[in-house]
Amino acid sequence: MARQMTGAEMVIKALQDQGVEVIFGYPGGAVLPIYDELFQQEKVRHILVRQEGGAVHAAEGYARSTGKVGVVLVTSGPGATNAVTGLTDALMDSIPVVCITGQVPTHLIGNDAFQECDTVGITRPCTKHNWLVKDVNDLARVLHEAFYIAKSGRPGPVVVDVPKDVQFATGNYVGPSNIQHKTYKPKLKPDQTAVREAVDLLANAKKPIFYTGGGVINSGPKASQLLREFARLTGYPVTSTLMGLGAYPASDKQWLGMLGMHGTYEANMAMHDCDVMFCVGARFDDRITGRLDAFAPWSKKIHIDIDPSSINKNVHVDIPIIGDVAYVLEDMLRVWKAKAPQLDKTAHKSWWKEIDGWRAKKSLSYKKQKDVIMPQYAVERLYELTRDKDCYITTEVGQHQMWAAQFYHFDDPNRWMTSGGLGTMGYGLPAAIGAQLAHPKSLVIDIAGDASILMNIQECSTAVQFNLPIKVFILNNEYMGMVRQWQQLLHGNRLSHSYTESLPDFVKLAEAYGFVGLRCDHPADLDDAIKEMISIDKPVLFDCRVAKLANCFPMIPSGKAHNEMLMGEDVSDEEVGKAIGKEGKTLV
Amino acid sequence: MVQTQKQSHYPSLTTNEQIVQRTLSITVDNEPGVLARVIGLFSGRGYNIDSLTVTETEHAKHVSRITIVTKGTPMVIAQIKNQLDRLVPVHRVHDLTEEGRPLERELALVKVGGKGEKRIEALRMAEIFRANVIDASTEHFVFEVTGKSSKVEQFISIMTELGLVEVARTGIAAIGRGPEGS
Repeated sequence: MARQMTGAEMVIKALQDQGVEVIFGYPGGAVLPIYDELFQQEKVRHILVRQEGGAVHAAEGYARSTGKVGVVLVTSGPGATNAVTGLTDALMDSIPVVCITGQVPTHLIGNDAFQECDTVGITRPCTKHNWLVKDVNDLARVLHEAFYIAKSGRPGPVVVDVPKDVQFATGNYVGPSNIQHKTYKPKLKPDQTAVREAVDLLANAKKPIFYTGGGVINSGPKASQLLREFARLTGYPVTSTLMGLGAYPASDKQWLGMLGMHGTYEANMAMHDCDVMFCVGARFDDRITGRLDAFAPWSKKIHIDIDPSSINKNVHVDIPIIGDVAYVLEDMLRVWKAKAPQLDKTAHKSWWKEIDGWRAKKSLSYKKQKDVIMPQYAVERLYELTRDKDCYITTEVGQHQMWAAQFYHFDDPNRWMTSGGLGTMGYGLPAAIGAQLAHPKSLVIDIAGDASILMNIQECSTAVQFNLPIKVFILNNEYMGMVRQWQQLLHGNRLSHSYTESLPDFVKLAEAYGFVGLRCDHPADLDDAIKEMISIDKPVLFDCRVAKLANCFPMIPSGKAHNEMLMGEDVSDEEVGKAIGKEGKTLV
Repeated sequence: MVQTQKQSHYPSLTTNEQIVQRTLSITVDNEPGVLARVIGLFSGRGYNIDSLTVTETEHAKHVSRITIVTKGTPMVIAQIKNQLDRLVPVHRVHDLTEEGRPLERELALVKVGGKGEKRIEALRMAEIFRANVIDASTEHFVFEVTGKSSKVEQFISIMTELGLVEVARTGIAAIGRGPEGS
């Protein structure tokens, strides 16, 4: 039965009907009617952020730690433009977000009205889809469609732009069950011929590898379970992208660590030398492949992806399988079990022997120092002291992010939230807020850098307002570390504007916001300081002073192949300076 | 033709893949912004548009047909089709070139000015090309010419010598052969 109500009521009713418990937002002129409706109900909780960019990242953190859709409510003009970075971030990392934006009244659209911007125009390339709703009778349908599009197929952000007069107008409300989308029907179940071919190829592999990605996590916990089962059944080595960490347990003996630019030596060498690559929900990103014409040159490739446009985009694959990871793995497991193939045990044994040889290089090793905290050591200790707790980790972007990926280990999916595709500094603090809201009893830590944290530092105020005991663990080297490292690699160590001259006193800053501020600058004190941080049931900003000029290794320099990694311990500054050739310099 | 592969951050890779031209027919919901989505995709991802036409074709269902002529390596063409298919308001993407030699037609309005011998020659050529005169004065003609793009091109290049003033072209409308619809 259609019910009559105002557009603003419809927005809240639609959120309730979609089971939304939390939204992140910031009020303004063009969304006042919706905020008025929010005020008069209890079901949907509104989290007031301090800048709209923070709202989207918080929604992303909420979505990634729960598997639900993150919801954002912002006003027109600057509200919408501030959300653009977060929307792009969610698009690149395939995170389901519904962002509702206010708009100036319909008759003023195109008039350069106060706080007007072409929201659907601006957000068209950075959303999966967007709508400008000009008729209140379309509003409920569009909102339900928005949730459907955001979470189906390859998830992503959507924007619903609602002019103020539409919020005031009265129209018919329809519930979510009446919505059937005309055109958008992603394919979830795989082609069975491809499944059988893939199983055959895997069964006959001599040097196989599983290369898994964020698609496993997006597919849901069942996909992670199936991946584990399949890996156990085959006994094959597993590596993962940054986005896929946690889908396969890092504590398992088949785990090779992360691959790619800052991945482990064993993972990258195994990728390079493999004869069958089983890509599960990853997309052959440039951070993974390195030099394309030298990428796994002797391999046959199987690629599972829900998005047909990911197939053959960067790398030609032999067996593409379009479908949802969980469905595909389920079918593959069934076929595999029915066939019970005879594996080439001798070949696999020598493959593992090769891998163990690469492992023995200990590519993540670094020189420990007595009087200064090495950043790797800081993350290692943080991991050791929190590993038995119910933990969620977010990061900002830069060296600390890579060290976190290398030294913090995940055994479960949805525990690790980082800006992978877009590389958004300032992501981690609001994302931690989102994760903590979803998991109030858990320990949520943002592993941060001193530069990144300042990009959304205002969200400390949000954490305090909503009593969210997040822990911000800053690896403070006073540099934009990754920028400095690249300047050393590419630009003759001329450190152009990568040093932050006037960093705030993070302890005082913490106190000003109502956080607890802690500082540690000596390795001997680190464990106690981390324990203190964990024990405090309030938000904490931890200023961990680390070695200033540490580089993040191992590394595949730009323009190089997987088997041309730059290792950490044995590399001199001079070698670092010469590692990247002329062609590599133009790359990002 | 050797071409640097544009799809990667790593431009050192060259391919020997042939550049091919394709005519794509895209059925879409005729909703606001749908054309912007399609052409934004092309410009954002660095694809080519050689020709583009669009109009609502089924009024009752609000469905439009967009005809795009594009070129690229087979890998890029496959990407273009997949990326288009991914857009929410897109119903279907048909590669008419792949499905068989499509019927492709174009219309041009050609304004030619001048007097005397050249003017007579222009009219004579128009007859040969079966172009209609749709506007005229003692000093100009406007011709309407339809046909394959190559015929339109040829007509325009002849008119250039005879006092071409300006040209408006529709771009290619295309449809597959045979009794079935796409």
